[in-house]
Amino acid sequence: MSVAIATAAVLAGGGGALARHFTVVGVAAHAGASFPFGTLTVNLSGSMLLGVLLGAGVGGDALLVAGGGALGSYTTFSAWMADSDGMAREGRPQAAALNLAGSLLLGFVALLLGRAVGGWL
Amino acid sequence: MRPQDAAGDPLALPKAVPAGDRGLLVAILVGGMAGTAVRLLLSELLPHAGGSWPWGTLVANVAGAALLGFALVRFSSRAPAASRARALVGTGFCGALTTFSTLQRELLEMLDAGRAGPALAYVTVSVVAGLAGVLLAVRLTRESR
Repeated sequence: MSVAIATAAVLAGGGGALARHFTVVGVAAHAGASFPFGTLTVNLSGSMLLGVLLGAGVGGDALLVAGGGALGSYTTFSAWMADSDGMAREGRPQAAALNLAGSLLLGFVALLLGRAVGGWL
Repeated sequence: MRPQDAAGDPLALPKAVPAGDRGLLVAILVGGMAGTAVRLLLSELLPHAGGSWPWGTLVANVAGAALLGFALVRFSSRAPAASRARALVGTGFCGALTTFSTLQRELLEMLDAGRAGPALAYVTVSVVAGLAGVLLAVRLTRESR
């Protein structure tokens, strides 16, 4: 990885984090806080966009910057875990399990869907 | 609940930081760049061919989940300094260090390579270790306060 590509990926990651923040705040303002729809939104949309890149044959440095940098940072695992743990802690184990299994399943479907769209483009 | 009680139940707090505060946005940007850099460094240090076990992502995700558990307890107050620390370490660094899309891509690559067993093991270990990391970090950080 060249210094220029690494720098671009890191900058893209900073942008991805800001985009995640605005999306999570925006979704939570509409959907309320009883279920982490904000985190779900970034994880599903980010997985779908990554699928589009893969389906469209984007690879090498471009995939490293857009996929590894921007979308890697835009989507998040830690909030998904903390949200799930928080729901279990509040005595809502079913909601926690739904968040875990649902995100995982829908995320995979989103990736496949994105890949199909990317291949079609 | 009195505001100071929030420290006793960090995960009941708003998880995101308020939108629009420039200092918070800078903290998220800087933390996000640092988290991305560490994640990419881990994937360079622990390289894996497509379809093989992705140690780099696993380490980043579990470590980031644990660090977020720590940060949510340690910086749980509504004071501006705590909000900023939460934005820097939580939303920025941990959010960017950990990733969901790369995990999904690695699962797909393992399945494409006909390795359904390892794919199932990878996602199970990720979720179980990630949850355990958050849980332990929250408990230990609370006890040390």
